[in-house]
Amino acid sequence: MKTELAWVTLAGVLMWAGGCKREQRVFDPGAAQSQIANGVVLNEVHAGAEHLQEPSPSPSGTKYEQSAYAVGEGKRLFESYNCSGCHQHGGGGIGPALMDAEWIYGSHPEQIYSDIVQGRPNGMPSFAGKIPEYQVWELVAYVRSMSGQLPEDVAPSRSDEMAVTQAEQAHPKEHPPDESQHNVQRGKQ
Amino acid sequence: MLLSGCQKSATQEVMQPAGFGGVMHPYSGPMEKDDEEWVRATKDYANTRYSALDQINTSNVANLKVAWTFNTGVARGQEAAPIIANNTMYVVAPWPNKLFALDLTKPGAPLKWSYDPNPSPAAKGEACCDLVNRGAVYADGKVFYNTLDGYTVAVNADSGKLAWRTRMGNLALGETMTMAPMVVKDKVLVGDSGGEFGVRGWVAALNTKDGKVVWQAYSTGPDKDVLIGDRFKPFYDGDKGQDLGVKTWPPDAWRIGGGTAWGFMAYDPAQNLVYYGTANPGPWNPEVRPGTNKWTSGVFARDADTGQAVWFYQMSPHDLYDWDGINENVLLDLPVQGQTRKVLIRADRNGYLYVIDRTTGQVLSATSYVYTTTTTGVDLKTGELQRVPEKEPKTGQEIRNICPVAPGAKDWQPMSFSPRTGLLYVPHENMCMDEEGVTPNYIAGTPYVGANVRYYAGPGGNEGELMAWDPLSGKKVWTVTDKYPMWSGTVVTAGDVVFYGTMDGWFRAADARTGKTLWQFKTGSGIVGQPVTYRGPDGKQYVAILSGIGGWPGAIVSNNLDTRDDTAANGWGSALRDLKNVTQAGGTLYVFSLP
Repeated sequence: MKTELAWVTLAGVLMWAGGCKREQRVFDPGAAQSQIANGVVLNEVHAGAEHLQEPSPSPSGTKYEQSAYAVGEGKRLFESYNCSGCHQHGGGGIGPALMDAEWIYGSHPEQIYSDIVQGRPNGMPSFAGKIPEYQVWELVAYVRSMSGQLPEDVAPSRSDEMAVTQAEQAHPKEHPPDESQHNVQRGKQ
Repeated sequence: MLLSGCQKSATQEVMQPAGFGGVMHPYSGPMEKDDEEWVRATKDYANTRYSALDQINTSNVANLKVAWTFNTGVARGQEAAPIIANNTMYVVAPWPNKLFALDLTKPGAPLKWSYDPNPSPAAKGEACCDLVNRGAVYADGKVFYNTLDGYTVAVNADSGKLAWRTRMGNLALGETMTMAPMVVKDKVLVGDSGGEFGVRGWVAALNTKDGKVVWQAYSTGPDKDVLIGDRFKPFYDGDKGQDLGVKTWPPDAWRIGGGTAWGFMAYDPAQNLVYYGTANPGPWNPEVRPGTNKWTSGVFARDADTGQAVWFYQMSPHDLYDWDGINENVLLDLPVQGQTRKVLIRADRNGYLYVIDRTTGQVLSATSYVYTTTTTGVDLKTGELQRVPEKEPKTGQEIRNICPVAPGAKDWQPMSFSPRTGLLYVPHENMCMDEEGVTPNYIAGTPYVGANVRYYAGPGGNEGELMAWDPLSGKKVWTVTDKYPMWSGTVVTAGDVVFYGTMDGWFRAADARTGKTLWQFKTGSGIVGQPVTYRGPDGKQYVAILSGIGGWPGAIVSNNLDTRDDTAANGWGSALRDLKNVTQAGGTLYVFSLP
């Protein structure tokens, strides 16, 4: 034991002396909880979990999805920040369609929030440091209204512009594959 | 003819397009000698896309069969022309822009090598119109092409090893590259894309040996940036004056004013001039950029060695409708009023087929070739496009029945010219649109457009057309209509066959004299590419086309868009609602020959 420890110490000293940290190991002291990595989840399948999981809803995100005013603001900002330049009015163009059931990085509000803030490597620019957080949530709420994810009395009922698609309120609710697992009929497993 | 359909207001002025009645005039002007290869997208410097091969002709084309195929591995818009040099075919795929070299001396043309430029995936969010590339160019043992993320690369044609790589575009500003370069002497000419992102357009000449930029000419800004100097002698007064690239814009708007150069180049060796068109000014919403917006939506003639501008003509001053001037210029020597003139012919997005003196920039004729509600003609004294004021886009107001549409009477898809018939074979659109201006915001790296648009078929209900055009009389000889926009290029041969493709996947051979379909083959996906033909090492004539729906309209399929939104793909949603039902994304090269 002692010999081993001496060797490790010696090796450490030598590396330090050589200015080379190439071989250095970081030993995690393993303090409970604080060391577990967490982030926005982009996959329903979690390693080590038996059931599909969805990101826990953020209270702030939910609040915006219940406010017609916030969603209306999101609709306005969707144009002001040039979201419509790529996603058009939900049908997509340069970027993917937002009115359908397909979500590359997940359909949940927290995931869409991260898409906007972090950007995505296949073309979605990052808006980090450019938009106040409450506006990002307003955008998230509006984006979800495009595929009918919001209650009808919250989703916009009309557009101030040329009518190019049905009002968000009239969009049928799409069913993305990662939608909430509650109320899903289950077969034998 | 052609007056039913989408006309909504009884009071509007309508420009009648030229009708039929054109005739064939065998062409006696000079043509480049045919090398039986296809070393550049445009075939020759003059952009004729004419092949002197006649092994495949009107009498036997019906027997054409698939010789071999090649999968590019990318199910996106295949707009590239395959390049053939030294018994090798070079194919550039859409992003991630791999270059494939196929050995034509062996059965099935096996892969010799491939080159992977490893472009940034972020480019996919900065390209307006799918992830297309329009092909490479071969010269002096190298293959040159552009990558979507803004690099020009030179690859050794034998080994596939990178010779040099030069960063030309700034992706952070939305600057991408899609065009097929042209090599003139020891320079490779390239230009940028990104007119929908508020980039500043340019053309550059790079030394073929080391990729160093020899000259770069911007389309906006002060004369020194535009390479306007002593040699610049525009024909019309509207293009004369100092620093018009600054003065014809609101303060500083030229810095984000577009005028990109993503079309094909033409070159006249006798005058040592290169010709190319500049794209639309940005943003689309014209109300925020009062002025003629030099030097956008026009044609430049430049000295090939120095880049110095020699003349400029603006087809659409203060463009109102996204009418890029990038469409190709075909260089011919034609009799005009009893005199042979060196001309440049272009079927512009604005709906006029121009015959321009390519030495002076004088417009000799400008003939309407599609149904038009937006203009009444071109004044040949001033060169000015005569507009219909009621059709000007307005912020917050929907203007209906704007014809031609934003992609124009014809977009980038190149025409061809046969000296045997003297006709141009022009693939084009027959479409109209509704447009509402909205307030554009400039945010670097995001679209800068400011317009809501919806497209639909023009009178007759067909969105596409292939016409055979007599440039002497300014009339059609025949036309073939198609349900979808005719988004593929054409090639015409000495066998009097015109090859073209349709967005639902048919590859066709038409009789160059009648337009009659002599042969057709259904490929695996929609066609938006450039057909080519060449003589193989076995002495046989081959015809090649890439099949793979995409590009601006075809992104409906290749990017899986939702056509419940009229504005999907920036206006194509309403025009192509059923396209996803008739074709799937693909990326396959088809090569045909006689058995």
